[in-house]
Amino acid sequence: MELVLFWVFAAICIGGAINLLAQKHPINSALSLVVVMASLAVEYLLLGAEFVAAVQVIIYAGAIMVLFIFVIMLLNAGEEPHGGKTSLVAKLVGLPALGILAVMLVWALTAQAGGSVAVAGAEPGPPQVIARLLFNDFLLPFEVTSVLVLIAIMGAVVLAAPLQPHHAAKILAAQAGEGGQS
Amino acid sequence: MSLGLYLLVGFIKSFIIINVYLVVFAYTVWAERKVLGHIQNRWGPTKVGPFGLLQPIADGVKLLFKEDMTPPFVYQPIFTIAPVLALVMSLMSVAVIPIAPALHLFGYDIPMQVTDINIGLLFILGVTSIGVYGIALAGWSSNSKYAMLGGLRASAQMISYEASLGLSLIGVLIMSGSFSLQEIVHQQEGFFWGFIPNWNIFRGQFFGFFLYIIAAYAETNRVPFDLPEAESELGGGYHTEYSSMKWSMFFMAEYHNMITVACLATLLFLGGWSGPVIGPPILHTLLPLAWFCLKVAFFLFIYIWVRGTMPRFRYDQLMAFGWKVLLPLAILNVVVTAFFVAWFS
Repeated sequence: MELVLFWVFAAICIGGAINLLAQKHPINSALSLVVVMASLAVEYLLLGAEFVAAVQVIIYAGAIMVLFIFVIMLLNAGEEPHGGKTSLVAKLVGLPALGILAVMLVWALTAQAGGSVAVAGAEPGPPQVIARLLFNDFLLPFEVTSVLVLIAIMGAVVLAAPLQPHHAAKILAAQAGEGGQS
Repeated sequence: MSLGLYLLVGFIKSFIIINVYLVVFAYTVWAERKVLGHIQNRWGPTKVGPFGLLQPIADGVKLLFKEDMTPPFVYQPIFTIAPVLALVMSLMSVAVIPIAPALHLFGYDIPMQVTDINIGLLFILGVTSIGVYGIALAGWSSNSKYAMLGGLRASAQMISYEASLGLSLIGVLIMSGSFSLQEIVHQQEGFFWGFIPNWNIFRGQFFGFFLYIIAAYAETNRVPFDLPEAESELGGGYHTEYSSMKWSMFFMAEYHNMITVACLATLLFLGGWSGPVIGPPILHTLLPLAWFCLKVAFFLFIYIWVRGTMPRFRYDQLMAFGWKVLLPLAILNVVVTAFFVAWFS
């Protein structure tokens, strides 16, 4: 039962990922990404990680992707043209990288073939265990990460905030001065 | 329990719950029209059946047989998916809500909910956050300015108030130490000081309760936070271009979300089905259910009462209130609760 569900949602996940690349409209791509996130959450659930699954849905599918959609709605982005000529960088770097990745994947799968890969329903991850890990063993990295996020938010605010009047006046004056000199 | 029996019980329970939910939805709409009518000094529906009780059926038939108009300028696939998404997500959240203690039947313990999972509360939050897509996508795919503005407002509002909603529940979670709704209700049974019920609202979450109610009203797009569909400025908001059954799916989703919020408030703050249980064994089974229904009905009544009484916010007021007042208060509630729990344990 669990193995069947695993394969079904693995297929949905990969299908969604391919659809994400193939779609021309950004909103379709974003929705495919939501499908990928949701099916990943189901895979976590099948592995017994209930809390991680719920957080995956709430944060990635529920909050981050809604913001993606929000931006697409605000920009009113239209269809992207596909095809045309491929860039040289993509040919020179992308194709060898793809080859290396494929080789690594095949190697990893064949190396694993002896042992059991599916660990469905193995270790339950109750919230208490995760909380203990986060707030005892890894308290410092956890808090440092939150400071990092805070810095990122403040940076975004600084970059996006409208110019203060006196700053704007200074910049205008500087530009006018440059214009006068040249 | 074997797999076949498990599936059978699950199917029967889902079937019953969904039908009960739809009936409750229909009569919430009836109650809303009736109560709102009396608040505004008129009668509300009276013509169809006694006290207008058959009005929901008449409404349903009307909506089913209306012409399903699809404007030519919409983005067809998403325009069709959006209402379905909103409705399905609103129905899914009921799956983890326990309505009474487990029922002993034929030697089995049958929990009175579709499924009891460890992360019940998180499941509801997750499903609700997916429900935002229905509204946002409806606004976008309609390709018209009123729907677009409504969709944008709705998604911005729901994301903003989701943070406060989640934080207002953390107080209860700290006190109970579990995400399972069954477990949270069990901890609220009994009394303290002999007469005060052991409900979370009386055990220090009084403040959290009101934060939850305010955030939940915004989350379900109800008055005074119904800006996504403010009819005086947006036509109909995100569902301007919808008609017939597709429109009523949004309508159903909104009322289902209201009912879910009422159930959750009952379970988390008002002790769920706990209440005085007396008399013969049959009453021992039925009374908890009755208490639960009564409490949920009380919350739905407050919803309608607020709608009949309060004016609508302005949009900038709504956002300022959400981020500058509600969120700090919710964080304060978490900190104070955590402090007291640590102090007394």
